[in-house]
Amino acid sequence: MDESRSPCSPFLEVIETDREGYLHLAMEMSETGGRLVSVWGFFSESLSLLFSSYFRGERLFTGRLSLSGKISDLPSITPFFPVASRMERSIRDLWGISFSGAQDHRRWLDHGLWERVPLTQKAQPETFGEGDYPFVRVEGMGVHEIPVGPVHAGMIEPGHFRFQVVGEKVLRMEERLGYSHRGIDGLSRNIPWNRGIKLAGRVSGDTTVGHALAYSLSIESAIGMEVPKRARFLRGLLLERERIANHLGDLGALANDAGLSFGLSQFLILKEDLLRQNKSVFGHRLLMDLISPGGVRKDPGPLPIAEMSGEASRILQEVEILEMIFEQHGGLQDRFFGTGTLPPETAQKMGLCGVVGRASGQPFDLRRLWKEPPFDETGFTQALETGGDVRARVAVRFFEVKESLRLVQEILLKLPSGDVFLEPPSGESGKEGIGLVEGWRGEILCWSRLEGGDIVAASHFHDPSWILWPALEMTIPGNLVADFPLINKSFNPSYSGHDL
Amino acid sequence: MHHILLRTLKTGIVTEKTPELPEEMKEISRKLLERGIGRFGRSLFIRHLDAGSCNGCEVEIGMLGSPCFMLEHLGFKFVASPRHADLLLVTGPVSLHMRQALLDTYEAMPSPKLVVSVGGCADDGGIFRGSYAIAGGVSEVVPVDLHIPGCPPEPLDLIRGLMTAAGV
Repeated sequence: MDESRSPCSPFLEVIETDREGYLHLAMEMSETGGRLVSVWGFFSESLSLLFSSYFRGERLFTGRLSLSGKISDLPSITPFFPVASRMERSIRDLWGISFSGAQDHRRWLDHGLWERVPLTQKAQPETFGEGDYPFVRVEGMGVHEIPVGPVHAGMIEPGHFRFQVVGEKVLRMEERLGYSHRGIDGLSRNIPWNRGIKLAGRVSGDTTVGHALAYSLSIESAIGMEVPKRARFLRGLLLERERIANHLGDLGALANDAGLSFGLSQFLILKEDLLRQNKSVFGHRLLMDLISPGGVRKDPGPLPIAEMSGEASRILQEVEILEMIFEQHGGLQDRFFGTGTLPPETAQKMGLCGVVGRASGQPFDLRRLWKEPPFDETGFTQALETGGDVRARVAVRFFEVKESLRLVQEILLKLPSGDVFLEPPSGESGKEGIGLVEGWRGEILCWSRLEGGDIVAASHFHDPSWILWPALEMTIPGNLVADFPLINKSFNPSYSGHDL
Repeated sequence: MHHILLRTLKTGIVTEKTPELPEEMKEISRKLLERGIGRFGRSLFIRHLDAGSCNGCEVEIGMLGSPCFMLEHLGFKFVASPRHADLLLVTGPVSLHMRQALLDTYEAMPSPKLVVSVGGCADDGGIFRGSYAIAGGVSEVVPVDLHIPGCPPEPLDLIRGLMTAAGV
C-alpha cells in the first residue's frame, strides 16, 4: 500500500480501507445519515485506487481502497447509495473494470464508438456492444415515447431525454448523457499544474471559478502549502461573483421559460453589467484562469474595489425590485407553484446538495458549515426552503443572489493586505489531496495525485450535476411535457461538468 | 402590471450601437460573397450547435439576447431547427459522440448555408486536442466558412463575426 497525504483541513478525513472496509464504510454512512458526494477511481499498472466520499455532520469522509495485482472487479456501493450507479458505470466504461453487486449494466459514458477501453487501451469487453441504448420503457394503452436531443431547440448543451407519456402527462423521463465527453480524466494525467488549472477552468465554463478553486485546493493540500490570506479572500470574492452571474442568468431564464420575457431582459442587463465589470477588473468576463495553485493571478487596486462594492449595492437594489415583481405576477407564480416538486424525503435519500438541495429542505452549505476564509470573518445566512418545487428553487436563488451581493461588499470591506500568490513548492510523488468547494450549483470536489516536481499524475473533477441529473429524473413524472424546460432550468445541471 | 411598465420605462433603451467592421473583416466578407454563398444581409437565421463545448461559449452566445446587444435588431435570429437556418454556429471541440449529430445537422440545412465555428476549441480542439474522445476541430468534420476566436469570444466579437458572415 502506498502512502498518501492526510489533508490539511480538519474537515477532511481519508480512511484507508480494504475491500470489506470499503463496503462497510458505505453501509455505515448510509445508516448514520451520511450522504454520498462522489465515487471515482485511478488505475495504473502499479496502482489501483477506488474512492468514495461521503458527507456526514460537517465532515467529508473519503474511503480509499488501494488494490494491488490484477483486478478482476471492484466492489459496488449502489446497494447502499443507488445514486452512485452512473459514477460506477463511468469508471467501468473508462477503465474497463466491472463492479460486482451493481444492478445496472448498461454503458454510460461509452456510446459504442470506442474500439478500445480509453484509459487502459485494453480490448473492449464483449458486453459493450453496438446498438441503441436500452431505455426503460413504459407499456400500455395510449403510452407513447418522445425522444429529445442531443441537439436541443434552444442554446444549450447536448444531451438526450426520453419521455414516456400519456397525453400531456409524463410517466417517466430517462436521461442519456455523455455527448460532451472530452476525456478529461485522461487529459489530466501527467501534466504540470499550470496546464491542469487551464483544464480545470474548462470542465464546465459556467463554473470555471468553482472547478479551478477545487483543483487548486487539491494540489495545495497534496503539497501541504497555505496560500496568503488576501488570496483566500479574493478567491471567495470570485466564487461569489460567479454565483451572482449564474443566478442572475437563471432567474431571467426561468421567467422567460414561464412566458415573462421582461424578466430575461431585465436580468440579462444586470448580468451584462456584472460581466463587464469582471472584464475591467479581472481581465476576463467569466473569470477564467484567475485562480491557480498558490493563490490568485490578479490583485485589484483600491479603485476597482470601491467600484465593485458600489456596483454590488446597485445590483442588489435592482434585484429587490425584480423579486417584488416576480412575487406579484400571478401568471409567473401559477407556472412556478407546485411544478416539478422534489419532496425533502426524496432529496434526503439522494443526498442532494446545492441550490436544489436547499430548495428541498437539505441544509447543506459549506460556507456555513466550514466557515473557511473569508466566510469566517463575514456574516452568512443560508437559504432554505422546503417546498421543493420550481417556486422554491426560484426563492432560493433570489435569497442567495441577494446574500452574495451583500457578501461581496463585506468581503471587499474586510479584504486583508498582503500577497495574493505564492509560488507552490515542488510536490512529492505519491501525495494526494482533495478540495471541496461550494460552487453555485453545489459541492464541487477535486482529487489530485502528485507525480513530483510540478507534475500531477492524475486528477478527478466531480461536479454536483452527477447527483442533480438523477434527481431531475425523479422529479419529472406526473408533470406536463411542456413544464419540462422550466423544471430543467430550475435545476440547471451541467452537461459538460457531468460528461467530463 | 404597472410595476413592469414603470420598470420598462425607467430602463429605457439600453441597446448599444452596432459595432463597425474592421477593414480586414469586410475583406473576408467580400471573399465569402465571391464564393457565391450569397448575401444574407439583415435577415440571417442561425442554428446553434454545441458539439462538446464547456458551456463557456454558450454563456456568451446567450448574452447576445441581452437588451445591451439585442441581436435581433440586426435581423439575426436564433431558430430551433436546422431546416430553418442559413447559418450553423458551432461551439466546442467536436466530441466523438457529437460528430454524427453535427453531420446530420449540417445535412439538414438548406443551401446556400454558412458554417461559423466559435471559440478556441472549435478551431483545433483547443485544450482538449489529442484526447481519444475528440474528433477534432469543426473544420475536420464539416466545411467552415468563418472562425470566431476567443476563449470564449466576447459578445461583440460574436456580433462582428456574424455580420462578416452575413455580408452586412
